[in-house]
Amino acid sequence: MSEQTQERESLFSAKNRKLISNAIGKDNPITVQVLGICSALAVTAKLEPAIVMSISVLFVLGIGNVVISLLRNTIPQRIRIIVQLVVIAALVILVDQVLKAFAYEVSKQLSVFVGLIITNCIIMGRFEAFSMANKPWPSFLDGVGNSIGYGLILVIIAFFRELFGSGTILGWNVFETIGLYDIGYVNNGLMILPPMALIATGIIIWVQRSRNPELIKD
Amino acid sequence: MKALQKFMDKVRPNFQKGGKYQYLHSTFDAFDTFLFVPGHVTKKGSHIRDGVDLKRTMFLVVIAAMPALLFGMWNVGYQHFLNINETATFMETFFYGFLKVLPLVIVSYVVGLGVEFIFAQSRGHEVNEGYLVSGFLIPLIIPVSTPLWMVGLATIFAVIIGKEVFGGTGMNIVNPALLARAFLFFAYPSQLSGDKVWIAEQVDGTTGATPLGNLLTATDKLPPLPSVMESFIGTIPGSVGETSTLAILLGAGILLFTGIASWRVMLSVFAGGYLMGLVFNLIGANAYMTLPAHMHLLIGGFAFGAVFMATDPVSASQTNRGKYIYGFLIGLMAVLIRVVNPAYPEGMMLAILLMNVFAPLIDHYVVAGNIKRRLNRMKKIAA
Repeated sequence: MSEQTQERESLFSAKNRKLISNAIGKDNPITVQVLGICSALAVTAKLEPAIVMSISVLFVLGIGNVVISLLRNTIPQRIRIIVQLVVIAALVILVDQVLKAFAYEVSKQLSVFVGLIITNCIIMGRFEAFSMANKPWPSFLDGVGNSIGYGLILVIIAFFRELFGSGTILGWNVFETIGLYDIGYVNNGLMILPPMALIATGIIIWVQRSRNPELIKD
Repeated sequence: MKALQKFMDKVRPNFQKGGKYQYLHSTFDAFDTFLFVPGHVTKKGSHIRDGVDLKRTMFLVVIAAMPALLFGMWNVGYQHFLNINETATFMETFFYGFLKVLPLVIVSYVVGLGVEFIFAQSRGHEVNEGYLVSGFLIPLIIPVSTPLWMVGLATIFAVIIGKEVFGGTGMNIVNPALLARAFLFFAYPSQLSGDKVWIAEQVDGTTGATPLGNLLTATDKLPPLPSVMESFIGTIPGSVGETSTLAILLGAGILLFTGIASWRVMLSVFAGGYLMGLVFNLIGANAYMTLPAHMHLLIGGFAFGAVFMATDPVSASQTNRGKYIYGFLIGLMAVLIRVVNPAYPEGMMLAILLMNVFAPLIDHYVVAGNIKRRLNRMKKIAA
């Protein structure tokens, strides 16, 4: 019975759309679930690596969720973590090699953090919480949604850190162009340091919660 | 004064519930209690209430810091005229510094109180008094040449991130004034350290390094240092209000006499710093380590931090035993960072901020230890 109702569900039903919108908004992996913080602190000093990182996570999580979801009925419960790790590791190596081949500079900037996508808590979290128990298509949407939610926060933080820390956006000298340095402006060195990423994340969480009171829990 | 009070009483209903300007309630309340003793009456239960509310406590701290500010103003002028090789009368010297320091104080207060008022209004609670002190301390712990917009930015950062996100005055984990300085120090290092920032309108090619800056670059022997007397009186380059140990001790006297600051913290900070200085003397591996221990207490921001920053009742340890530990570790760390860490000439700021974070932990273990001891005593009596 339930099989039949599910088959009739369209690809972009309200439930499926929620998988994406929730992950971006009130179930955001960084600001609400507080996962993946380490990479959010490490790669957000400049906008470019943050974008590349988001795309890499999008790739790994989107594909990984589908693969795990396809395998979910054949994976024995007791060794599921190992299987999940193998899937992630394979995908991460793929991303790493592609970056080294086509975007060497960025790959150097990201250094170990591409490899460390393996340990990104968001990915393991989604595998465990979602794709191990859902069909491939919803799993794919869930993966995409969560990576967009992750990438969105990364890009916001990186935008402000690069703008105020280096006075540039994607390497383009904004402040120099509008002549801010001539009137005595100095770049804020604290923005480059990791603590400021943490504070920026905190401020985003603060703003989000004050706009959406149902997220506040004691 | 009478007329003012009459006026306040007359307009008060407008700001109370149902009045025309009800939404400005907290702003009115702030001005009202700033001018007059608040009219709260204890309604039930036994309760002792004296005239010293938080606002007046804070004001006493401001009075205590006044000697340091006044001396700082004079010293700014003194360092300036020394730098350009001119002699000036006392009044000229003081007035020059006054004009240099006053903008810092004004910016700090206007920006900080502005943020406080906005938050109080939007949250509908009273305006917190805590900023009266923070706003006064911020200009005292930065170099006189700090650009005003930086002071404003640091103030906004300190009030919002240091205080308001935790719930306002009394909830802050670290000292807001020191947080403002830490913000400036890490965000704009070239404006907050080096040998070009301590003297207003410094002549090109001259050096105005602080004793701590000189010490840090010393290699095999001690650099020429100001005498003990000079460092005690405070005629040396440094942040506005921290140079004069004498003026700071005057303030310490006021704080201790009125019982606002904890003597336990002050004493143990000095003890910790002195002891660490002695330990370094014993090791004596490089020139800096041979600096006499008492000089550590006189130069830089050590005394100022010990008297005005470490004793902040909100961010310090609350238990008596905890206060000793807290203060002692501040002194110890401050000297340790000064001597051993090549990146930071002054360790006092970092030491206090670090111990601010650890203060609740210290308290936790002091209280836990106390409970354990008492339980043991009970067991012995029962046995």
